[in-house]
Amino acid sequence: MPDGSEKLTGKARYSAGVLEYKKMGYWEPDYEPKDTDIISLFRITPQDGVDPIEAAAAVAGESSTATWTVVWTDRLTACEKYRAKAYRVDPVPNSPGQYFAYIAYDLDLFEPGSIANLTASIIGNVFGFKPLKALRLEDMRLPVAYIKTYNGPATGIVVERERLNCFGRPLLGATVKPKLGLSGRNYGRVVYEALKGGLDFTKDDENINSQPFMHWRDRFLYCMEAVNRASAATGEVKGTYLNVTAGTMEEMYKRAEFAKDLGSVIIMIDLVIGYTAIQSMANWARDNDMILHLHRAGHSTYTRQRTHGVSFRVIAKWMRLAGVDHIHAGTVVGKLEGDPATTKGFYDIMREEYNPQSLETGIFFDQHWASLNKMMPVASGGIHAGQMHQLIHYLGEDVVLQFGGGTIGHPQGIQAGAEANRVALEAMIFARNAGDDYLQNGPEILARAAKNCTPLKQALDVWKGVTFNYESTDAPDFVVTPTTS
Amino acid sequence: MKLRQGTFSFLPDLTDAEIHTQVQYCIDNGWAVSVEYTDDPHPRNTYWEMWGHPMFDNPDAAAVVFEVNECRKQFGDYYIRVIAFDSSHGWESIKLSFIVNRPKEEPGFHVSREEVKGRSMRYSIKSYATDKPEGRRY
Repeated sequence: MPDGSEKLTGKARYSAGVLEYKKMGYWEPDYEPKDTDIISLFRITPQDGVDPIEAAAAVAGESSTATWTVVWTDRLTACEKYRAKAYRVDPVPNSPGQYFAYIAYDLDLFEPGSIANLTASIIGNVFGFKPLKALRLEDMRLPVAYIKTYNGPATGIVVERERLNCFGRPLLGATVKPKLGLSGRNYGRVVYEALKGGLDFTKDDENINSQPFMHWRDRFLYCMEAVNRASAATGEVKGTYLNVTAGTMEEMYKRAEFAKDLGSVIIMIDLVIGYTAIQSMANWARDNDMILHLHRAGHSTYTRQRTHGVSFRVIAKWMRLAGVDHIHAGTVVGKLEGDPATTKGFYDIMREEYNPQSLETGIFFDQHWASLNKMMPVASGGIHAGQMHQLIHYLGEDVVLQFGGGTIGHPQGIQAGAEANRVALEAMIFARNAGDDYLQNGPEILARAAKNCTPLKQALDVWKGVTFNYESTDAPDFVVTPTTS
Repeated sequence: MKLRQGTFSFLPDLTDAEIHTQVQYCIDNGWAVSVEYTDDPHPRNTYWEMWGHPMFDNPDAAAVVFEVNECRKQFGDYYIRVIAFDSSHGWESIKLSFIVNRPKEEPGFHVSREEVKGRSMRYSIKSYATDKPEGRRY
């Protein structure tokens, strides 16, 4: 029985004037997505009185071929193929007025190997569309044919570990604090103390570039002195993420070259440099055996609110294509946004070869990664040694745990702070491997390790009970229903 | 100076019983465990000498601990490490690596600097021990 949303064809479809999007071919409830289609899942919140199917069709239209009125020039093209097709609209559980809209896009709509092109289509035009109150891109299914047009992470988790000669435990890092104001000489002191004390990495913060108090070359020179001294003091490979973020690509290349000449194993960039710049730096990293760290500066402006923007799981997928090696992805227990299930979804996208659909962690599609390298997630922000058992439980082994304040704020100094973190980590990994119920017995395991390590004892005393328990603004819409057995 | 390479170098030296627990973990995960030794502990010396092949198909951690002790008899003043290899697709590399024996004295490393153009520096890290030929270092 006709319901008013049937697609029109021929003369009725192409007469001049305005038609509903769903009648123009952007709503095809019988469409079976092809293996080569890119699929987007949007959360749409239509304005009051707007039909959700028409809203979904409008999103499909505006993110592919449509404009607001009928154009005869469509008929010069294979327009059926190029139209994105909304094929499924479901109400969001427990969220009146919100709908999940599934939209399929033909592979030919996209240029190979260009995040800029992908995003210009998918999020380029539709987010300000008046008939919608809000719109959020929740997830994307990327076909293998499309993934194969990208090189992916320059180094990947496995080769990073081989280069660093570091296996079997999370890597440890710290962001140099205060993040602004230190001179190059003073900055390098923090790096030296933290690395010598037992960390693998130190890190520039997102907004450390080249300011009046510290020119970038000064920072690089002093940091590399510190890295080499610490390496000699411990016999380990050490690194410091030298932030090469700058105003132009030319300047970033210049800084990256200098970091390479000084022997750094890793450089860093900020998300705010843009997708094209990120892909360029990933290519540079691949050509120069460099690990590439990405600080997701700015992402919360569009990832945090549940109804509008782009989910971080989508950003994570784009970044795996774009080719960064490290990416900040949440701590669960620290000071920044992230509920455990959603964060697990992010980590799985970064580290697995295949993500099966998993609604309870926010993953809507089966996703093959076609052997693209894995990204190392970075957990940073308000974490300390006393949470080690929880961190390993939630985040696993292939992760960089970054204790900034939790290293530099140690009462006995930076080296002691670093040592406390490293001892806590090794003791917890040892206990886990030995079959201990480390999550349950975490505090006792730490207390036992602290008997041989005064810095750990002091760290546990100072930060005992520091937690950040706030409700998450972004959590999965589907929860696991416990089954009775 | 204590060489900090490997997963457990910040813990007190492991007893044989403790080594056993870690090796059993590797075996239970299906990884092949191997024993290696060296007297060149440079952080980028990747290829330590192999004390035999990785022990594929060995179900018993005690066999690895036995080999560690055999290796100690011959190379008691060398660094000895236990390494576990995971052959799963997508990893095909090392999963765990930890030191189980050290020389009595560890003289460590020094940094040598070559001042080059501008204020740039070429750094090199050298082990004090490797000034002597292999086999006569510790």
